[in-house]
Amino acid sequence: MATLTINGEKREVDVESDTPLLWVLREQLALTGTKYGCGIAQCGACTVHIDGVATRSCAMPVSAVTADQKITTIEGLSPDGSHPVQKAWLALDVPQCGFCQCGMIMAATALLKNNPNPTDADIDAEITNICRCGTYNRVREAIKTAATSIREGKVAL
Amino acid sequence: MTHLENLSRRRFVVGSAAAVGSLSLGFHIPLAQAAAAAALPPEVNAWVVVKPDDAIVIRIARSEMGQGTLTGLAQLVAEELECDWSKVTTEYPTPGQNLARNRVWKDFSTGGSRGIRSSHDYVRLGGAAAREMLIAAAAQGWKVPASECKASKSVITHAASGRTTTYGKVAIVAATMKVPEKISLKDPSTWTIAGKPLPRLDTADKLTGKQIYGMDIKLPGMLSAAVTACPVFGGKLVSFDATAAEKMPGVKKVLKVDDTAVAVVADTWWRAKTALDALRITWDYGPNKKVDTASINKMMTEGLDAKEAFVGSNLGNAPGLIKDAKKTVTATYAYGFQNHACMESMNATALYTPEKLEVWVPTQNGEASLAAAAEASGLPVQKCDVYKMHLGGGFGRRGFQDFTKQAVSIAKQMPGIPVKMIWSREEDMLHGAYHPKTMCKLTGVLDEQGNIKAMHMRISGQSILAAVRPEGMQGGMDPAVFQGLNVDGAEGAFTYKIDNLLIDHAMRNTHIPPGFWRGVNLNQNAIYVECFIDELAHAAKQDPVEFRRKLLAHNPKALNVLETVAKGIGWDTKPAPGVSRGVAQIMGFGSYVGAAAEVSVTNGKLKIHRIVAATDCGHVVNPAQVERQVEGSFAYGLGSVLYNECTIREGRVEQTNFHNYDVIRMAAMPKVETIPIPSGGFWGGVGEPTIAVAGPAVLNAIFAATGKRYRTLPVFRHSDLQSV
Ligand code: FES
Ligand code: FES
Repeated sequence: MATLTINGEKREVDVESDTPLLWVLREQLALTGTKYGCGIAQCGACTVHIDGVATRSCAMPVSAVTADQKITTIEGLSPDGSHPVQKAWLALDVPQCGFCQCGMIMAATALLKNNPNPTDADIDAEITNICRCGTYNRVREAIKTAATSIREGKVAL
Repeated sequence: MTHLENLSRRRFVVGSAAAVGSLSLGFHIPLAQAAAAAALPPEVNAWVVVKPDDAIVIRIARSEMGQGTLTGLAQLVAEELECDWSKVTTEYPTPGQNLARNRVWKDFSTGGSRGIRSSHDYVRLGGAAAREMLIAAAAQGWKVPASECKASKSVITHAASGRTTTYGKVAIVAATMKVPEKISLKDPSTWTIAGKPLPRLDTADKLTGKQIYGMDIKLPGMLSAAVTACPVFGGKLVSFDATAAEKMPGVKKVLKVDDTAVAVVADTWWRAKTALDALRITWDYGPNKKVDTASINKMMTEGLDAKEAFVGSNLGNAPGLIKDAKKTVTATYAYGFQNHACMESMNATALYTPEKLEVWVPTQNGEASLAAAAEASGLPVQKCDVYKMHLGGGFGRRGFQDFTKQAVSIAKQMPGIPVKMIWSREEDMLHGAYHPKTMCKLTGVLDEQGNIKAMHMRISGQSILAAVRPEGMQGGMDPAVFQGLNVDGAEGAFTYKIDNLLIDHAMRNTHIPPGFWRGVNLNQNAIYVECFIDELAHAAKQDPVEFRRKLLAHNPKALNVLETVAKGIGWDTKPAPGVSRGVAQIMGFGSYVGAAAEVSVTNGKLKIHRIVAATDCGHVVNPAQVERQVEGSFAYGLGSVLYNECTIREGRVEQTNFHNYDVIRMAAMPKVETIPIPSGGFWGGVGEPTIAVAGPAVLNAIFAATGKRYRTLPVFRHSDLQSV
């Protein structure tokens, strides 16, 4: 049994303690926006926020998360896709197959929280997610677009 | 009930094509059943459904796997339909419905960059017919001639009387109208929806986690399966000890999958996977257990000089001129196995009962999935159907149905229970349909002016068709090996004029199964030709662009592509200090493509600054998507040229996950400037062709920077050149 705080709600789950958080989210909690891509913290498809920090949930056993830590998944980023990062992604029509994109958005959001004006080098260093469709250049552009709209105070993060 | 096509009682055959080898099934569909399946939602015709509130649903037969095919096809239908684009959504008919309706939606196969170019005509006709029927219905109601009415943005107007109505109001009557016999399509120059850079229809749900992929499906009472097949292709399962696994939490069953794999079925996939890892399995690795990269290389190297070879093109007397030449230029290139490594690993979900089989699968070819599922279940195809799920990448891998068959084989042993089978990344890496491995020896002779007098290109290595589509072979020869190298070819023509030219193939196959991998054989052929042409230009002491210009003087489309990228990169200007340039062009998938790259190499570190790409695909349906495809395919193609190769040891693929099969990521991704130059008059592909020119353009730029040719790929396997 584990207690988790997910997208603002306390949830009880009945799983083995070494189950990766990714699979708890996907299978016990039906939050399938968080994706499985590699299972070994290589691709970032499974990125969620734990207390605001981008975390690859496939490599995080559920026992390593306490009941008070706040887990945010893509489903909890905004109720309706209105988060500034999601909006920038929509404006630039970033996704191709889309499978990596929720992880990309979660990684980008965490980056912008710590660094509202990232340089290309910052983006290179922080966004190490894999996209096999090759949307990298548009992801970079969308991060900058989101950064601008946040900085200009048009929207809050 | 009115349809574009008459439902008639006749026999027809669906080739399940590459996907299931040579299997093709003859289906006999009785009329009553066809009619029942046709009684689906109200429709104007097979392609168009109009709801009373003017919502338009356009039916799409091809699969969306990231390339924007869904949006592009909808644009083509909507263009002729003259509907309000803002109210358009799409739906997939099922392969079973297609069969029951006499294949009214025709081909479901999505590959070979054919999604749009092979169906643009009949989907536009479908949209146009629906428009005419909607107009006819309104005209009948008004008792005026249809020729006096016009449609625009889902509104029908009778100008003379000033009356208007909307599609939604006449849709039900429209469905009873006569199908127009003659329809003329709009001239692309008058398009207002097609040809425009419209946003994709499928973006919003991909940003919120709402988009459901095959891996995400959840059905009532569903169980999950993890599977592992013999790691050596051609091997078999001997036995397994499930004592420990069966006692593990959530495990329902441990079972044999055909004679090659074992699966654990549990209440969740993670529990199934954990139990699978605890199984003790004995394999018979079979005849290929000693094969490795060295032994394959040896066999293919022998083919480079072998006497016998299939001749693809032969002009003049290249061998004779080469034999008599005082001086020749020679180089040998090699390109290895690649896994598709789709972001979403292979998966399928199946529910079997003796009366019915249903399969939910991300597939590039719904009809091939249906054929494979029917075969694996032993049920007649009329009792089976396939629901196409959104694909987390395809790139050619999801045209194959090995995973569909596995899922059905598992579900058949769990009747009445839906079972979702997911491959782990490791399973996916070890059981691919790999980019074929080939080598190429090129020999050229120059005359005193530095013109190419003769050239021989000997390819040695795998044939895809021999393995997956033997019916496509021509007298033992695989014509697809010569993609981009066919003198006088239509689809992948050799663009240069060389009077004495021999291109041949010594087929050398291995047990590693080859498949269609985005770009297919154009990838390595473009590297072989375009790097060697660069080598010849260097030997002739000529500028690489000027050298190519002369060879393309007879071919205005190819020349235009070359000139466009040369201009785009600023070939006639000096690059920034430390920056070097390379160029490449080829024709494939019906399109002319070119690229020019700027790179720098500092202390053995490669930085690709930018690539300018040009594509002449004839007609463009969505220029914004063309840009994305070029950019995206460069990431995929450069990954394989620079980083990846699947190597073989003890008969199996050594690379198991992204830690030892690295791919291009953000930091290494160059800027890409895409210049679409559609010259009209033909329909070329977009998803694949341009991928092939990024590699040779970069390799030629690396030579310009370092004076060294990296001929055995991938580049970063050479210790003296790494990524920044
Ligand atoms: S699935 Fe977690 S990083 Fe790839
Ligand atoms: S959009 Fe397909 S993997 Fe990134």
